Amino acid sequence: MSVGQQPILELQGITKSFGGVEALRGVDFALYPGEIHGLVGENGAGKSTLMKIIAGVHTEFSGRFLVDGRDMHFRSARDAHAAGIAMVHQELSVAPDLTVAENVFLGNQPTNALGLVQWRRMAREAGEQLARFGIDVDPMARLGDLPIGLQQLIEIARVLFSGARIVILDEPTSALSPPEVERLFTTLRRLREEGTAIVFISHFIEDILLVSDTVTVFRNGRKVAETASAATSKGALIEAMIGRGGEALEHSYTDDLMLPQPSGSKVVLEADQLSLSRSLQDVSFEARAGEVLGIYGFMGCGQQELSRILFGKLKPDSGTLAVEGVPKIFASTAAARRAGVALVPESRRDMLFHQEPVYKNISISILDRISSLLLKPAQERDIAKRQVDQLQIRPPVVGLDLGMLSGGNQQKVALAKWLTYPPKLLVLCEPTRGMDVGAKNDVINIVRDLRTRGLAIIVLSTEPETVLSLADRILVLKRGALVREFKNEPVSKDRLLEAA
Amino acid sequence: MSSETAMATGQRTRGLAPFLRSQMRNIAPFLTLIFLSGFFAFASPSFATLDNLGNILTQVSVTGIIAVGLTFVILCAEIDLSIASIANVTGIAVAYFTLQESYVNIANIPLPGAVAIILSLLLCALLGLVNALGLTVIGIPSFIMTLAMMQIAAGISALLVRGQIAYKVPSLITTLGSGSIGGIPWIVIVAAIMLLAGHLVLTYTRFGRYVYMVGGNREAAEYSGLNVKLILGAVMVISAVCAGIGGMLGVAHFGSAQQNEFDTYLLDSIAAVVVGGTSLFGGRGGIGNTIVGLFVLGVLNNGLDHVNIDSFLKILIRGLILLAALVINVYAQRLREKAAE
Ligand SMILES: Nc1ncnc2c1ncn2[C@@H]1O[C@H](COP(=O)(O)OP(=O)(O)OP(=O)(O)O)[C@@H](O)[C@H]1O
Ligand SMILES: [Mg+2]
Repeated sequence: MSVGQQPILELQGITKSFGGVEALRGVDFALYPGEIHGLVGENGAGKSTLMKIIAGVHTEFSGRFLVDGRDMHFRSARDAHAAGIAMVHQELSVAPDLTVAENVFLGNQPTNALGLVQWRRMAREAGEQLARFGIDVDPMARLGDLPIGLQQLIEIARVLFSGARIVILDEPTSALSPPEVERLFTTLRRLREEGTAIVFISHFIEDILLVSDTVTVFRNGRKVAETASAATSKGALIEAMIGRGGEALEHSYTDDLMLPQPSGSKVVLEADQLSLSRSLQDVSFEARAGEVLGIYGFMGCGQQELSRILFGKLKPDSGTLAVEGVPKIFASTAAARRAGVALVPESRRDMLFHQEPVYKNISISILDRISSLLLKPAQERDIAKRQVDQLQIRPPVVGLDLGMLSGGNQQKVALAKWLTYPPKLLVLCEPTRGMDVGAKNDVINIVRDLRTRGLAIIVLSTEPETVLSLADRILVLKRGALVREFKNEPVSKDRLLEAA
Repeated sequence: MSSETAMATGQRTRGLAPFLRSQMRNIAPFLTLIFLSGFFAFASPSFATLDNLGNILTQVSVTGIIAVGLTFVILCAEIDLSIASIANVTGIAVAYFTLQESYVNIANIPLPGAVAIILSLLLCALLGLVNALGLTVIGIPSFIMTLAMMQIAAGISALLVRGQIAYKVPSLITTLGSGSIGGIPWIVIVAAIMLLAGHLVLTYTRFGRYVYMVGGNREAAEYSGLNVKLILGAVMVISAVCAGIGGMLGVAHFGSAQQNEFDTYLLDSIAAVVVGGTSLFGGRGGIGNTIVGLFVLGVLNNGLDHVNIDSFLKILIRGLILLAALVINVYAQRLREKAAE
């Protein structure tokens, strides 16, 4: 960002409201060619909303919008695309039923003179592009069959190599493993050298400080700070985000952390020699009441499959599960729920009903407890209201459609639905993904509270911080096999990464 | 609480346009109904009479009874193409178990009326169960499964009547199908009761909520620990039983039971549900929509008889109206998705 240069994009006094809720209030924002601009702020601060305005998704707002110094009004995402703006959305927006290659070329497949798609050429070029980004995948595979992290990488690759002058990345790293994040950053730096302007949203403040030139902080729909990254610190940013001292809120876990002595309490779940084709090999462990078991591993290490097996969504090829000593083969998720197992998957899309109000999303898995035949909407709303207050979901309106909540708040709803009648075993996949520091802290406290109440909890994550902040005992999963157990010993981010 | 009220007023100040846009699925069919009624009332003096309203109600009753179950199915984002065949075979079965006049040449098994009715109901429930098992246990898409069932049910019908026509059904069915009380045909009352019951189940029961949730996002329903297969199976059985009831009363209403008697009811029932605005993608709509859809269809069919046009053109007009409704249905879904973005 050199002084005196003209911004490639400039927004002045942008105000946007959804119904009565003001998501953005008079925001100014400028973006220069060849800069990486970090954006931070609490859940619901308005980051995604601003970016969707830039990308032509939200077209009704007030304020000035200039591209290259000229007034612009996009009427659709296509207009924004034509102006050289491309965005990776917080919610994956890939086409799961198309092939990898089709997704890479979405909308501009290479065609021959007759207008027919040149499949072979498309597959080859898609493969080359992805390889440049370090992704080794069959271009003709169905995208929906790949792990979610890989899908995210492919979407990022598509946007980065689309030739856009302005690239917006809304929490792109949430499903990526450290080496992949590193590769992404290298690519971002290269694009910056080529003059691309990049906006990078993340709740990982270290990442923001590491890769961006400028940081802008949002709070409650307002821009509250904008500084050069070199001139600020993590503590200062957190303070600006939440409006109070933030030093105590986030650990970096570079120092050793002492894991406690295993409690020896009742075994709630015992997994014995679970195997699933190429995903899992002979995975055995037990989860105990009042203990948080962390399972750490890189993306694609088999965590996703393991969590699905625990909840009866996938059947293992071999191996057994026992809940409180009783052997179980879950024929369905309903059977797993009846046995006292609950799962919060990593993908909100899979877990939530976007067109239904918040309270129905929260009550759905406990309806049979509060009503036998007739629904009791008043009671449902009460229950939901309690959870919304406890988890500080914003806005605290249980009648609002879920789709109107910000990404982090949706994630909280996904957790809330299991908390009214806590299960015996709670399986959490990436429980803090997409949450701001304050919300992460809330989740950590909730999980600790559930642990004291005697639940067995399994936390599966590809973020070392998540596992380290929650777990009493940590297993490391590598290419489908458990390779290391940390218990009653010092552990740190480096040690975890090394083991994985 | 204060923020809750603030929010409520906020939504009110949001303006009419977005509200109307999000309600497009409910408003469009209603406007269509008003437009059609107005048009026919203007075009023909015999249309807008109390007598004719009675005609319309009677004409849509059988479709209405069948459409109750189909609404459940479509709300779950499935389809049931076997409803007309199941209606037909159930109607034939109830006649098959009833003593026919001597000139009817069918090797039937006369049973007491109540037994005949119960057996017929069991038959349609069984066929629905086969649909359910094919869909949930084997995993055949409902479109294909019920296409096969359409043939199977037609085959059973053919075997039972062997090209003949039966006339007699148990007296209870005769009354409900063709009798009336205080000037109101029983069949209209039965249709009204079944529609009401369907509405109550969908709106006020736990099962109804599950239907909407499974239709809204099946994956999420499964991750919430719902027994999705059980719900889908139940819905297929409900659909078959509603079709069976429609078939029995229909046979009494028409005065005869024979092969292919209900063929037009498949399209009519689907049209009623979809024209009414229930989403083909599941999770949106309901019996209220189906009722509006029934009236649109009823007014259209009846009205076209009151105005002087080529009877072959009528078929084309019906097709075009159905197409328009489908366009609106899909379009309304898009608008909603856009609004939720
Ligand atoms: N389509 C919508 N309809 C109604 N309200 C919305 C809609 N989208 C966002 N909002 C509201 O606007 C506010 C800002 O949301 P936004 O998604 O921009 O937050 P964010 O900063 O991206 O948060 P997160 O970190 O959780 O993703 C929130 O209060 C949210 O509930
Ligand atoms: Mg966001």
